[in-house]
Amino acid sequence: MSERVAVRKTYKLFIGGKFPRSESGRSYLVQDSNVSLASRKDARDAVVAARAAVQGWAGATAYNRGQILYRVAEMLEGRREQFVALGVPADEVDAATDRWVWYAGWSDKLPQVYGGANPVAGPYFNLSTPEPTGVVAVVAPEAPALLGLVSVIAPAMVTGNTVVVAASPSAPLAAVTLAEVLATSDLPGGVVNILTGHLTETVPTLASHLDVNAIDLTGVTDADLAAELEVGAAQNLKRVLRPAPADHDWFADPGITRMTTLLETKTVWHPKGV
Amino acid sequence: MTATATSARSDLSELGRSEIALRTFLHGLPGVDQVGAEQRAAQLGTRSIKTTAKAQAIDLAIRMVDLTTLEGADTPGKVRALAAKALRPDPADPSCPHVGAVCVYPAMVPYVAEVLRGSGVHLASVATAFPSGQAPLEIKLADTRAAVEAGADEIDMVINRGAFLTGRYGEVYDEIVATKEACRGTDAGRQGRPRAHLKVILETGELATYDNVRRASWLAMLAGADFIKTSTGKVPVAATLPVTLVMLEAVRDFRAATGRQVGVKPAGGIKTTKDAIKYLVMVNETVGVDWLDPDWFRFGASSLLNDLLMQRTKLTTGVYPGPDYFTLD
Repeated sequence: MSERVAVRKTYKLFIGGKFPRSESGRSYLVQDSNVSLASRKDARDAVVAARAAVQGWAGATAYNRGQILYRVAEMLEGRREQFVALGVPADEVDAATDRWVWYAGWSDKLPQVYGGANPVAGPYFNLSTPEPTGVVAVVAPEAPALLGLVSVIAPAMVTGNTVVVAASPSAPLAAVTLAEVLATSDLPGGVVNILTGHLTETVPTLASHLDVNAIDLTGVTDADLAAELEVGAAQNLKRVLRPAPADHDWFADPGITRMTTLLETKTVWHPKGV
Repeated sequence: MTATATSARSDLSELGRSEIALRTFLHGLPGVDQVGAEQRAAQLGTRSIKTTAKAQAIDLAIRMVDLTTLEGADTPGKVRALAAKALRPDPADPSCPHVGAVCVYPAMVPYVAEVLRGSGVHLASVATAFPSGQAPLEIKLADTRAAVEAGADEIDMVINRGAFLTGRYGEVYDEIVATKEACRGTDAGRQGRPRAHLKVILETGELATYDNVRRASWLAMLAGADFIKTSTGKVPVAATLPVTLVMLEAVRDFRAATGRQVGVKPAGGIKTTKDAIKYLVMVNETVGVDWLDPDWFRFGASSLLNDLLMQRTKLTTGVYPGPDYFTLD
């Protein structure tokens, strides 16, 4: 019997729940694999997909979103060996799985912690509640490839935002494999969209895009580029998360700032009866 | 096309007098090569139109839009807003051209007419018991007259598909002729203005075959249509590229045979700038630049305009805008 021919994998983008090649047809060689090289039009398509998903995802109950994030953790656990084979340290995979579970728990608790009744001088109930801001563009940190990516995606989406993320250009395989996890986790298409390739091609488009409501610059290491992106973001007053310091410890307790920065607060005044 | 090129002009004008002559002519038209038409349409859809050519195409497409609202829930306020948008699609950019026409139900015509008067934007009204066309002829004609009296200068009529599919071509022909006559309006109503243009909707989604589309196109043109239009937008299958290709070929051959130029209007399902540009490429390659004008080619669409405006803004400002920055209706 002849020797079996190996099935080689094509690493593609993740847009609107599908795995398309780059619109430009380009790819680049990284980690011994050919990976799609996203263009600015792929970024535009991803924003369209993310915008279309906002209504359904933000409208889902917090309980339902939490269940889906937990499901992502389950699927990631099942693919642990696959990530290890890609070169992700085992403890990083475990930390990433735990992070999904941690954020899943926050889905119906954040509004209680971060919103609530305000004491006002008048005959009113005054209630504040956090609401998702809409489409969030995210630049994932260069490393750690998996834990870093999960640590920026999960807090943005758990509250009801949809996400377009530019994955680590030097280690995109973990990101594309995470897309396969997301695609099998009951997550509606378009809630998370993953672009691989050079940051300078896709991120400026996302920063200046008027249909993007917030941008997380965590993975931007070049200070000049970060400044330029903030200028682009200022055009429609996007919420901005500044780049993370180089020595940031991704294994540490993340806190809730990543979630709260990407929220709007809605306050309601309701007249009290006598 | 050989079959029509050999027909003398005088023969064509006589066809309407007898059902048999009409049938013989329509069934004598050469059949459409379905695979060929679909392949040709798909091939023309792959052209890449960029930068300045794209900017030009977008402005042309905006000028060709028949901005349409045909809902049971239309109100005077809504159609007035739509008419205001037709005059100035992008209020932020005065260089943006106005659209070709506004298309509404007859009852809404007076409200739109107030806004559009003297602006150069045409006012189209659907008529003849749109969208089904299943009403007695007298009612269809009264519908048409009412729309013309109210100020419509373009009438979008539907053909009687029931009669067409049964093979009663004479009946369809006579209805179009009668509607064309009704488009003339009374002198009092039109006050010396020329008669309203007649667009004939073939509803290609219900005609089943490309051969039928070609026959219906010829039938409508022989009966005096100024425009042939693909669809009402009210059935699941609306305008497609191959259907429009067949209709474009028909108007091209009709002009070659008779010297009269007829316009084409694909309607329904055209939502993106990319789609619109595919149609423009097909017009240019099939019938040539004579038809690349709002007088001879229109898009029946509602959501297309916003996508055109967004692409236009991207070209002029360099950043992608979002749907939040454009009005919904």
